Amino acid sequence: MGKNVKSTELVFNTTVRLTEWQRFRMLFFKRKLVVVGMVLVLFFVFIAIFGSWLAPYDPYETNVKAILAKPSRAHLLGTDVLGRDTLSRLIYGAQTALTVGIIAVTISTAIGTILGLTAGYFGGALSMVIMRCMDMLLSFPMLLLALLIASLLGGGIHNVIIALTIGAIAPKARIVHGQSLSTKENDYILAGRAMGSSNVRSIFRHILPNVIPTIIILATMQLGTLILAEAGLSFLGIGIKPPGAAWGSMINDGYKYLLRNPVLSIAPGACIMLVVFGFMMVGDGLRDALDPRLRGTQ
Amino acid sequence: MTTYIIRRLLWAVVVIFLVTLFVFLIMRLLPGDPLFLFLAEAEVGDMSEELLAKMRHEYGLDKPLPVQYIDWIGSIFRGDLGYSIYNQAKLTTLLTQKFPVSLEISIISWIIGHVIGLMVGIAAAVRRGKWIDSTFMGGIYIGITIPNFWLAILLIYLMGLKLGWLPLSGWTSPSADLGMHIKQLILPVICLSLMGMASTARLMRSSLLEVLRQDYVRTAWSKGLRERVVVLKHALKNGFIPVITMLGMGLATIFGGSFIIETLFSIPGMGKLLVNSLYAHDYVVVQFSALLSATMMVVSNVLVDISYGYFDPRIRYT
Repeated sequence: MGKNVKSTELVFNTTVRLTEWQRFRMLFFKRKLVVVGMVLVLFFVFIAIFGSWLAPYDPYETNVKAILAKPSRAHLLGTDVLGRDTLSRLIYGAQTALTVGIIAVTISTAIGTILGLTAGYFGGALSMVIMRCMDMLLSFPMLLLALLIASLLGGGIHNVIIALTIGAIAPKARIVHGQSLSTKENDYILAGRAMGSSNVRSIFRHILPNVIPTIIILATMQLGTLILAEAGLSFLGIGIKPPGAAWGSMINDGYKYLLRNPVLSIAPGACIMLVVFGFMMVGDGLRDALDPRLRGTQ
Repeated sequence: MTTYIIRRLLWAVVVIFLVTLFVFLIMRLLPGDPLFLFLAEAEVGDMSEELLAKMRHEYGLDKPLPVQYIDWIGSIFRGDLGYSIYNQAKLTTLLTQKFPVSLEISIISWIIGHVIGLMVGIAAAVRRGKWIDSTFMGGIYIGITIPNFWLAILLIYLMGLKLGWLPLSGWTSPSADLGMHIKQLILPVICLSLMGMASTARLMRSSLLEVLRQDYVRTAWSKGLRERVVVLKHALKNGFIPVITMLGMGLATIFGGSFIIETLFSIPGMGKLLVNSLYAHDYVVVQFSALLSATMMVVSNVLVDISYGYFDPRIRYT
């Protein structure tokens, strides 16, 4: 792009043709905080993927010689009450948080979208049943719902994922439902029907593309919420089982030794905050770039 | 309008019915029943099958599930609510002790959080792009992303352990020692109000920014009205609509979402009761607390929907 052209001119000046991708990039990276968020997200994703090479110690290895050690060259962030290296556990905690968050968001988005589309497109009794069930799920605070389901299933990473997935379905189903209700009134849906397109084709080829931007924005924002909720469950001891490294349970473990080694509790909390902030900013950026209602307002 | 409200209330009843089914089933599907756990914990020397069976019969836990469900619903309507095995007390007695505690904390946090949040949001929107806006936005992002239990720990470390200004945790009844009561309230209220404060401020800001761009606001300016009148009387009423939903949700979630904070600060409220009873599989308590929390959410949603009409007369109910 030329140096002297302002981004707004590029986007709205009709003489400069932009591909969708260029337009998206321009709007997405317009705010500095979004770039910061993106960097944070990429940083934690990198750490999670290459965690086993990056971690200086085995996160489960206990060491009686270094119990509650202060931060030093050997242990950059000190050790916990079992002598496990905090930095290594933080790195593995990133794996846990991102795995749980990403899997739960993906599955719940898929289910929520399908439920919302079906209810919105067909309407009638089916929609009534689906949406009342969603209302029922929505009437619990997310953490309470996840807590109930997690205690039913028992702890462990799989069950935490299931609990958070169920907790995250309803908000998406409701929004997709609302959007598909208004989308299906468009003439092109009717035209498609007249040309013999089946229900399934109408839903997935004609309505779904209209809903996708909203879904992407919502899913990104929810990732942060889910990581927070996972931390909450682990903090309460219903999430990831003990030897496993999760930021929430690390905060809880370190809480008892707050005076001797405050880093134990403070470091994982800071990680949670940074990840959640990262995803929130990326979500904001995506909304600026994708939300059709915001087009032309910036 | 009246038919709208009636229909809305009927749906609310349906949703609450679904909630009762859901909670009931989840609790009954939990492996192990409350009696078993209770007796195991109490270490009664001879935990024989007969004793277990006898007690199950006493508490009606040997009946078929549908009968138990109907019994439970019936007990709610009778206002009796049942007997908590884990706490060895009637649930109504427990509630009269715990509910006011949670209610006090929730309402104080809700009021403080949302009043400050609204003011921050309005100030940031009016001074868009100025230093006050960027400072507030920074605070808002911190408030939304900070895990509240971590904030609690930080505050306990800083205020309680390092500076020694405030008590670490606990609860004193206001009639016994009002000063202590207030001191012990400060930290939990900060933790519980921050999230609501930040999200309200964020929403208020973006919603007000949208309204401030509209023609009728420009008209108000060009009539020569003062800034205070333009913002607070003309713009705010419309900008308030998206925020009301949040206010309603805030009141409902703060109650059900405070269990971590109550546990951390050892506050004997509903949240702590709920978590302890959940660990003990105490059906009666968990079912009713979850039902209470969900009902508050449903009711506040209905109220919110009805209040839209007051803030924006263009909204018609059909």
